[in-house]
Amino acid sequence: MKIAITGYGQELKDNHDPRFGRCTYFLIYDTEQGFLKALENKGQLSEGGAGIAAAQQIIDEDVQVVLTGNMGPNAYNLMEKSGVKVYRCKTNSCQEALELYQDGKLSELNEAGPSHAGMK
Amino acid sequence: MAVKENEVGFMNIAVLSGKGGTGKTTVAVNLAEILTANYLDCDVEEPNGFIFLKPSEITSRDVHVLSPVIDQEQCNLCGECTETCQFNALFNTKKEILVFEKLCHSCQACSLVCRPEALSFQERKIGVLEKGKKEKIQCWRGILDVGEPMAVPVIRELLKDAPSGPNLLDCSPGTSCNAVNSLRFAQGAILVTEPSAFGLHDLKMAVKLVQGLKLPFGIIINKWHGEGSFLEEYFKEEKINVLGQIPYDRKAAEKYSRGGMLKDIPVYREAFHKIAERVREVLKCN
Repeated sequence: MKIAITGYGQELKDNHDPRFGRCTYFLIYDTEQGFLKALENKGQLSEGGAGIAAAQQIIDEDVQVVLTGNMGPNAYNLMEKSGVKVYRCKTNSCQEALELYQDGKLSELNEAGPSHAGMK
Repeated sequence: MAVKENEVGFMNIAVLSGKGGTGKTTVAVNLAEILTANYLDCDVEEPNGFIFLKPSEITSRDVHVLSPVIDQEQCNLCGECTETCQFNALFNTKKEILVFEKLCHSCQACSLVCRPEALSFQERKIGVLEKGKKEKIQCWRGILDVGEPMAVPVIRELLKDAPSGPNLLDCSPGTSCNAVNSLRFAQGAILVTEPSAFGLHDLKMAVKLVQGLKLPFGIIINKWHGEGSFLEEYFKEEKINVLGQIPYDRKAAEKYSRGGMLKDIPVYREAFHKIAERVREVLKCN
């Protein structure tokens, strides 16, 4: 199963980015094979619909779990519709987020945050 | 001295400001009556000029944009359309293609790349155009529907068949797409500012915009109370034409709050007549 963690850098030790649509990288981690790659978020620089562009990459990568801080209404609905589970976390590094998830300490995001929050 | 009717030698003059609340609509409606120019409210997100002009014989029609429709039977989920869309208006869930109508700019690039020809377009209403009359003046306005994010199609629809001028285009505040698209139809511009730091800050952006579009322009200082040397210094430095000042007075606010025309107050009538004279001089000879 693939997990995507929203991050500022390309490695798990780098800072976790609480934004979804405007994060810099998605760190793709496979529960069987370990860390796979850092995927540059195409949504970060888009004029509008950043969350949608970001969500498309998550779907295209067959990711099943996303670890992020918040998600806007469009992306949230797409994740819900596509059956991707989103967990809320507030950690310093991506590695910490992953460990908390693996220990079952993260709770599922059950509502969308405000739109355009990541642009502030 | 009174301005003679229809002596203005240009077609569309845009009234803009940078900062909101400086008095674009106040200037546009009063000058429209004094210059016998048609009034076109391009601030389609909040058109308010009709409150003051109170036109009659209003007719209206809807404004539509084209929005993609996916024939899910024909669609093979190749994702070419979602890749092509520059506005993230299409989404491939791998079970179906979803359309985010409000992000769509109606460019139709998606249909160019759709090989199974599963894409067609349907009209979607986003606003209304209203056309009325106030004596000799035509009064038009665009109204964007509540909840619609894109004003530009309504502005373009309003201005593409504008009456033969002179027309005053009451623009959106700011220097965004909405103001730029109104300016594309203009041959001259009037910038309205106020003697405040914010007024000057945003005015500078509006000046850059009209200079970039190479439009002749002049400036009106509204809410003038005789103190604003920082404005005058900037005008001098940039060699900008000042068309006149509109005095700051409680009487003006009271009149405005009741939907009245400032030109009905003698002091303001005089100010607007002076400005009208300068408008003709400055925008005609440039």
